[in-house]
Amino acid sequence: MTAASQTSPTPTLAGARIQRWTPLSAGFTSGFGVLIIALAFVPVVMGASVVQDLTNLLTLVLMAVMWNALAGYAGLVSVGLQAYIGLGAYATVWFALHGVDPYVAMVLATLFCAVVSIPLSFIVLRFRGAQFAIGTWVVAEAIGIYVSFDNQLGAGTGTSLTQLYTYSPTHREHYTYWLTLTLTAFFVIAVFLLLRSRLGASLQAIRDDEGAASSVGVRVVAGKRILFILAAAGCGAAGAMTLANILFIEPTSIFSVNYSAFMIFMVLVGGLGTFEGPIIGAIILYFIQQQFGNDGTSYLIGLGATAIAFALFIPRGIWGLVEERTGVRFMPVGYRVRRRAPDSGVDP
Amino acid sequence: MAPQPLLAAVEVRRQFGALAALDGVDLAIGPGEAVGIVGPNGAGKTTLLNVLAGTIAPSSGTVAFRGTDITRAAASRRARLGIGRAHQVPRPFGGMTVFENCFVSASTGGGLRRRAAYERCLEVLTLCDLDDVADRRADTLGLLGRKRLELARALATNPVLLLLDEIGAGLTDAEAEALVVMINELHSAGIAIIWIEHIVHVLVQVVSRLICMDAGRVIADGEPRAVMSDARVVDAYLGTAAA
Repeated sequence: MTAASQTSPTPTLAGARIQRWTPLSAGFTSGFGVLIIALAFVPVVMGASVVQDLTNLLTLVLMAVMWNALAGYAGLVSVGLQAYIGLGAYATVWFALHGVDPYVAMVLATLFCAVVSIPLSFIVLRFRGAQFAIGTWVVAEAIGIYVSFDNQLGAGTGTSLTQLYTYSPTHREHYTYWLTLTLTAFFVIAVFLLLRSRLGASLQAIRDDEGAASSVGVRVVAGKRILFILAAAGCGAAGAMTLANILFIEPTSIFSVNYSAFMIFMVLVGGLGTFEGPIIGAIILYFIQQQFGNDGTSYLIGLGATAIAFALFIPRGIWGLVEERTGVRFMPVGYRVRRRAPDSGVDP
Repeated sequence: MAPQPLLAAVEVRRQFGALAALDGVDLAIGPGEAVGIVGPNGAGKTTLLNVLAGTIAPSSGTVAFRGTDITRAAASRRARLGIGRAHQVPRPFGGMTVFENCFVSASTGGGLRRRAAYERCLEVLTLCDLDDVADRRADTLGLLGRKRLELARALATNPVLLLLDEIGAGLTDAEAEALVVMINELHSAGIAIIWIEHIVHVLVQVVSRLICMDAGRVIADGEPRAVMSDARVVDAYLGTAAA
């Protein structure tokens, strides 16, 4: 009101508003919502192979988003998140063995992973950099070895979720798909809401400079712990979904460090520390798996070479590059200052 | 009874291996006081500031702020208590905009809710001449912009004490002049300032008290002109003839 009467040569910020949604981001976010709803109808209109493929893709998206939440925002590069993938799968088996409906068991297993990660966070968050990466890997190996000695859980030879056979194959595929979609959407939306919240700005500050963040008042360890627990729960869900999709698991494969390699690939290629990047990375990995997944060693070498090439030449990944070139942001997690235009109503 | 100091460091020592970076420093700052710290390279100035800001712990000695012992308090807690800090080499949150950088400060160190934090940030950006670049990514700013942002971010926490580490270094005379005007404004608004600076003529435009450090100790403390002409200070800067 008073700002308009001033004739300062430079625009002042008096009376400026803070804008969080742009037409583009509003459009994109609602498109994202529509996509999730549309995906829910896939089993009704599409065949079994599409449903199974999409279950696979959604699980990859979930893993990538979780790894990125941890590495991209908390700066915690882990090669041990397979601990929770394995734990999520085996906890599902355990709950199902104790009479819980297998689908309910998958949700409980997700919560179980969150609970287990709390005490573990007090140990591993003391580590930094490479120590953290290796430390979490050691934890994953230790849990894997522990499980391989448990006869009730099938020991080293593995186990299957036989309780799922009470459902017909079609129902099983549909329920598994819907639960995967629900859990993936839940965790993706949770990360989005977290980044949009006041805490989200602090988490991005931790990503950019941990020391500076703490000097302006950010509780760095608390922020990291929240992301660590979230990532553990999300990976637990991904593990439970993997089990539901392939039905049979053994400790060496479900606790395999390969999962970390895949997660790192997806996030590096898509764009570390961006919201959109890991989703793009997951879609890319999915198509690569479709094309070359049966080529064995050369496939893995190709993945590794691609990830290294990205790390060297496009360190910000595909989405980072897009953001840098165009300045567009599809997800409204930022803050834009909208100045009050002097006199006329023209938007500068 | 003497008024309680805003900040009091007592017998602060900090050992790095065999080197005593701080060798028993006593320092008391009154509310609203502006103090400059000078001294040759390696005198322990930045180490002292780190101990006051909480980024490193002293090997012994205590630090109290408003009568509360904060020797073991984390840097984030001190920011919330009202100690703001601007680093020697600016450390912007590069992936965030200038406004977002300040918003982090205002909402954590400043403890402000959303609307109040917005207001605070807009105020601080105007004060620090960053209003034109509020929406720019911080890593696209030049040196002067980064220095201003460093200051703005510290101010957004609503500090009662501001720790400035060579924020004039690398600036042209005109730029440093603009910075002095800004810091004088803050000082007259009642914020206490501890400012490390090599450029003494810039420093004395703001501070009324000067401290000279050498080899981890305070060797002179008082009125700026008296300190600069003190024989020990001249020795520390120019060296003495070998005995």
